[in-house]
Amino acid sequence: MELDKVEKLVEKYFDATTTVAEEESLRDYFSREDIPAHLEQYAPMFQYFAVAKEERYTKKLALTKTPKGSFRTLYKWVSVAAVAVFTIGVYFYNSTPKPVTLAEEFTPEEIASAQEALALLAINFNKGTEQLYHLEEFQKNTNKFLTKE
Amino acid sequence: MKQAEFLNVVMPFKDKLYRLAKRLLVSSEEAEDATQEILLKLWTKKKSIESYNNVEAFAMTMTKNFCLDRLKSKQASNLKLVHSNYGDEGSTSLQKQVEARDSLSWVEKIMDELPEQQKMVLQLRDVEQYEYEEIEELLGMKPTAVRVALSRARKTVRERLIQKHSYGIG
Repeated sequence: MELDKVEKLVEKYFDATTTVAEEESLRDYFSREDIPAHLEQYAPMFQYFAVAKEERYTKKLALTKTPKGSFRTLYKWVSVAAVAVFTIGVYFYNSTPKPVTLAEEFTPEEIASAQEALALLAINFNKGTEQLYHLEEFQKNTNKFLTKE
Repeated sequence: MKQAEFLNVVMPFKDKLYRLAKRLLVSSEEAEDATQEILLKLWTKKKSIESYNNVEAFAMTMTKNFCLDRLKSKQASNLKLVHSNYGDEGSTSLQKQVEARDSLSWVEKIMDELPEQQKMVLQLRDVEQYEYEEIEELLGMKPTAVRVALSRARKTVRERLIQKHSYGIG
């Protein structure tokens, strides 16, 4: 390519009026070794573009769901399940505490035997408290002796 | 669509997706993740893929949107994209100085400093050699806007490159 043509193309290039083909020829031109001094300043640009195009995506393509993705879906479903369990729990919690009477829970025989046992306990308890009266009397008398001395 | 068929459709342009993602996100790892994400999205949409007449353009637009969203969310949460692509700027090691002097890596750095739109236009045109009509469609821009952005991007790269050449580095 002649020098004046290159200069014209460079000028057009910076005004963004070159075609893809013209830019290709510029890249070709600047990839050479013998570039005139006044054009040399542009060489790194064109050389860089050519080099930049060589960069490749080298990572292996994993098209199956990534562990991150499957974890995310798992997390989503677990939270849905948690909410469901919670609402069901709330629903049943409110309906369970029905007033339960003694008569419903125990048979008459059971109640009768329990009453009997409690009556026995009460009688014996009262006996105990009567005995305490003697103890009180004893305490009074000891106090009398103690204060006298 | 079978996996093999899908790969046949996707293979020709997966590198283009990666390069666009890397141009925007700078970090190679981020770009790899983005590409993987886009390809997975395409795979899950494989049934509707046949109805698109230009899968490549569709995928490129997806990549663009994905990366811009990613950048926005990083900015919003005040996080900078961390990347280890270039070495330590202030390092004194000879190896790194030599690398930094390399004009080609200057161009890369200059491109990283461009506004996102100019970056994308320059990437699509000068690296991937898309036609103007394709770029308009991909980026959703008006024809004049594409040319203005491209011209500005090219001129900025030229100016900064000359600056670096005349002042040297640092």
